[in-house]
Parts: sequence; structure tokens; C-alpha cells
Amino acid sequence: MATDTSAYEEMLKGLWRDNPVFIQVLGMCPMLAVTNSAINAVVMGLATFFVLVGSSFLVSSFKQWIPKQVRISLYIIIIATFVTVVDYSLLAMLPAIHKELGAFIPLIVANCMILGRQEAFASKHSVKYAVMDAVGMSGGFMIALFSLGAVREILGVGALFGIDLFGPNFEPWVIMILPPGGFLTLGLLLLFFNWFTERKKQFLLKVADAEGVRNNG
Amino acid sequence: MDNLLWIFISTLLVNNFVLAYFLGLCPFLGVSGQLETSFRLGLATTFVLVITALCAWILNTYVLIYAPYLRLISFIVVIASTVQFIEMSIKKLSPSLFKSLGIFLPLITTNCAILGLAIFATNRGYGLVEGLVFALGAGAGFTLAMVLMAGIREETEIMDVPVLIRGTAFNLIIAGILSMAFMGFAGLFSST
Repeated sequence: MATDTSAYEEMLKGLWRDNPVFIQVLGMCPMLAVTNSAINAVVMGLATFFVLVGSSFLVSSFKQWIPKQVRISLYIIIIATFVTVVDYSLLAMLPAIHKELGAFIPLIVANCMILGRQEAFASKHSVKYAVMDAVGMSGGFMIALFSLGAVREILGVGALFGIDLFGPNFEPWVIMILPPGGFLTLGLLLLFFNWFTERKKQFLLKVADAEGVRNNG
Repeated sequence: MDNLLWIFISTLLVNNFVLAYFLGLCPFLGVSGQLETSFRLGLATTFVLVITALCAWILNTYVLIYAPYLRLISFIVVIASTVQFIEMSIKKLSPSLFKSLGIFLPLITTNCAILGLAIFATNRGYGLVEGLVFALGAGAGFTLAMVLMAGIREETEIMDVPVLIRGTAFNLIIAGILSMAFMGFAGLFSST
């Protein structure tokens, strides 16, 4: 029973406390490049989810047989295999979105978050924990992608998933769907997260202070 | 000739790898603290990019026409091992060059700009010369972006920036403003 709750914990930490984008600042490249609309962001998130869960599963299943000296190359080959699968499946199922995402689907290989999870987690834990961790981390990545994509599409086009939100009088901020908008939005989102963590820290300090006073008094 | 110049200028300024395609962001945000280091990293990256263009062309022409689905895996494996091989030979032949550039080489191989270049060159169907010019332009553009970023960050070191915004958030906002400035180059080719 206890193991079940801790496996659940592994999943939850990726969603918020150790969010790969907002807290660890990993995987910036696909993060900024494909988030000019919410639907692209969601497809990218799903693709990353598949690759990360699949490769974590394989790496942790085979961890006894992977020699230490060549482990990184092997991880990359495993990841590249899954990315190729995703690339061809998207080409078959969603050709329009595949065309729009273009070179950034193969570039999932170079997402340091995925390799990082293999090296830091999947190669040291059992299959169950590795998969839970991968689900959490890619879930966190998806949340980050979606929030960035949604903000940029709402402000830049005035729509969400292609549905008009503000009516004809809204003047779209075109800069938001162009590259600078990506940098600025992510910068501001990170700033918001910094502020949030800082505030929580201050709050905990205050609580600790109050408890200390009570105990001493 | 015109076409080659166009490729070079467009990858250097208009479609800058870092500021317009978001490739190679890890070193751009992580290692751009000092001007000197950034410049050397830029040079080393340019070198790896040129080798990548060469490898990608050889693979595309002689190997991948028979097995296109192996594209991604073979790019990664061939580029990584070529860079490793060159790193070892530089270490042997010129220790001083290795000291100034070589330490960056293993870092660069995992950079998405490298793989991105190979994939972009393939998708656009560049030949050997076009691919090499594309790589030179991308490398020069990367170096330019790194040096600009490092220059700005060195200046902001002594400024009174609020603690909350320091770090990645601040760098991203600087990058956004730089990227906005580079968008001014977008009109460069519209008249031709």
C-alpha cells in the first residue's frame, strides 16, 4: 500500500513541484518553437508524452543489460526510435499538423528533458516508478506547453483552438505568435513562478516563526 | 552565387537559428555569461555545424535513399561519432587549440541546433555547397546571437535588477527584445 502512494507521489512531483519547464527550465527548444497555437502545443505534448513514457519503460526494463560506458548513446538510440515512430504516425494521421510542426517533431530527440529523465531516474528505478515518473514529467511538460500555447494564441490571434473569443473588434497582438512573443511569454511565466515559489517560502518562514514564538513563549 | 549569398544572409540575420527558430537555446541561455567564452563557443559550434552539413550530405546521398526511416538515428550516431573522432585528433595534434575550443565539443553534439541543421538542410533539399554555406550562416548567426547576449548580460551584471526576475526569466526577456530587433531584418529580401 505504501509503495502505491509513493509511486503516485513520483507522478505528482512532475506536474507541479518539479515541473520540467517552469522549475527545472529544460526542453526550451520545442517549448518555444511550437507553441504559437494551442493545438500545436497539445500535439507536441502528446508526442513528447509517448516518447518519454516509451523510452523510460524500455530503459528501466533493460537497465541490467546496458553497459555503463555506452549508456548515453543507447538511451539516445532508444529515444530516436520512438521519435521516428511518432514522426511517421503523425505524418499518416495528422498530415496538416505534421507539416506545421515540421522539423520540430524529429527534434524531440534533442529535448534534454527526455535524456535527463533516463539518466537521472529511469536507469535507477523499477519499471513501475520509471513509468509513473515519465507520466508525471511529460504531464508537467504538457501543462507548460499548453499554458504557453494558449496565452500566445489568445493574445496573438484572439482565439483558442481556432474558436474566436473576442469578436471582430479585437486587434490581435501579432507579435505574440512570432518568435519574440515566445521568449517574452515564457520569461513572464517563469517570473510568475518565481514569485509564487518565493511567496510560498516567505509564508512557510512566517509559519515557522510563529510556531517558534509559540513554543518558546 | 546569388542564391548562396541569399542562403548565408538569410540564415545569419532573417532566420537566425537562435532568435527565430529557437535552436541551440541551452547554451544561449546557459553559457552566455561571459563574452570571451561565448565567442569561443560560437566558433566551436560553427565548426561542428560545418561537419554536420558534410555528414548529412554524405548520408543523404549515399545511404538514406535506401532506408529513409533510419534518417534520425543515423544522423545522431554519425554526427556524434565524427565529432568525437575529431575531438580526439585535435587533442592529439594541437593541445592549445583543444584547450580553447575542444572542451566545448562534446557539449555541442547534444545541441538541437546541430540536429536541426541536418534536418532543415535535408527538408529543403540542399546540395553539398548550399549545405556548407547554410552551416556557415547558421554558425555565424549563432555566434552573433551568443556575443550580443553575453554583451548585454555582462552589462546587466552591475545593474540593480530585482532579485525575483534574475536568472532565466530575465535572460528570456532580453532574448525576446533581441529577437524583436532581429525581426527588423525580415524586410531585407521582400523587394527582390
